[in-house]
Amino acid sequence: MSAHEQFAEELALHALGSLQGQERLALEGHLQGCGECRHEIEQLRGDAALLAFSVSGPLPPQRARQRLMNAVGREPRIPLALPSKRAIPWWSVLGWAGAAAMLVAVVFLWKQNGDFARQIARLQSDATAQQEQLVQANEIVNTLTAEDAQRVTLVAAKTPPQPQGKAIYLQRKGSLIFLANNLAPLPPQRAYELWLIPLTGSPIPAGVFKPDAHGSATVVNPPLPPGMEAKAFAITVEPEAGSAAPTSTPIMLGAGE
Amino acid sequence: MGMVYDRYSSIVYAVALRVLADTGAAEDVLQDVFMQLWRNPAAFDSSRGSLAAWLAVITRNRAIDVLRKRHPETDIEDVVVSVEPDLASDADRSRLVTKIRAALSGMPAAQRSALEMAFFEGLSHSEIADRTGDPLGTVKTRIRGGLLALRRVLVG
Repeated sequence: MSAHEQFAEELALHALGSLQGQERLALEGHLQGCGECRHEIEQLRGDAALLAFSVSGPLPPQRARQRLMNAVGREPRIPLALPSKRAIPWWSVLGWAGAAAMLVAVVFLWKQNGDFARQIARLQSDATAQQEQLVQANEIVNTLTAEDAQRVTLVAAKTPPQPQGKAIYLQRKGSLIFLANNLAPLPPQRAYELWLIPLTGSPIPAGVFKPDAHGSATVVNPPLPPGMEAKAFAITVEPEAGSAAPTSTPIMLGAGE
Repeated sequence: MGMVYDRYSSIVYAVALRVLADTGAAEDVLQDVFMQLWRNPAAFDSSRGSLAAWLAVITRNRAIDVLRKRHPETDIEDVVVSVEPDLASDADRSRLVTKIRAALSGMPAAQRSALEMAFFEGLSHSEIADRTGDPLGTVKTRIRGGLLALRRVLVG
């Protein structure tokens, strides 16, 4: 029997869960420090369990078993906590290795994703700049080449309008834009032909054209040999299909500035 | 789990039904108790007593919680039930039940009644005193005396 006789009745009540309030707190405080009373209360619970055994009644319905088995099947058991010093099987490392590999992959993908994002941003920026340049270039070319553009050549006052041509040539790209004004009308089946006069060698054909009703004409990027250095540009009148070499003397001629 | 259920479901269901007097509610408690054991088998300390006794006490506590419409107050891990001998076999239990019933029959009616009100109805000693009109101290003494009388069944 317990040495703490003063708690004997409280222990019995507590074993049945009927101790409340201050009495319960006081007893629980005592139980924490008293192994003898803890043992006594465990035994009193055992005594109470015997009371439970006195009960007889019907067996649970058959469906209860199936219900439990279904519930158990749906709910995997939580594994018991393993002792800390237990040897760790080699294959259990695979989980961690997998997790580590996943982490490395995530970091790699994240980094790669960042690289891609920066690359895309750079390309988008380049594309935007190019788009702007293209729009600007188109505006220039459209204005220069539009049939309905007004082409006004300013000359010294009281000077009658003179035929005039302007060639803009970018040698490194082989790009040429030629604009002409006040050209005289052509005879039938004839056309003007523009020539690039290189530093050495024969003139190179640089486009066949006919002026409009106002005497204006434009030649944009005719096919030219690459890297050709131009000493001068000239215009001759040629057959409508154009000539491989000039067949008449130039009516207009201009050297580079 | 099937084996444990087959062995102990009768006592678990009987206790739940005795407390709740409702087959549906008793079945729910039965389910609940075995699921707790399934989820946390370590809660039962086999070195301290029999599974039958532990399940009986856990079931009674859970059924009282249901009866009183309250959340479980005690973690099942904290419920240690010490009882000898091992009651795993049906024959052991059957012999023991006969002795227990004999012990209960030999008790004064007021003591047996107080014990059963405390255990199966979950009444506190003051609630029992209110109901019977007996002094509080008398109720306490009867409850403890009744439990010790049951313990003597084991040694007798």
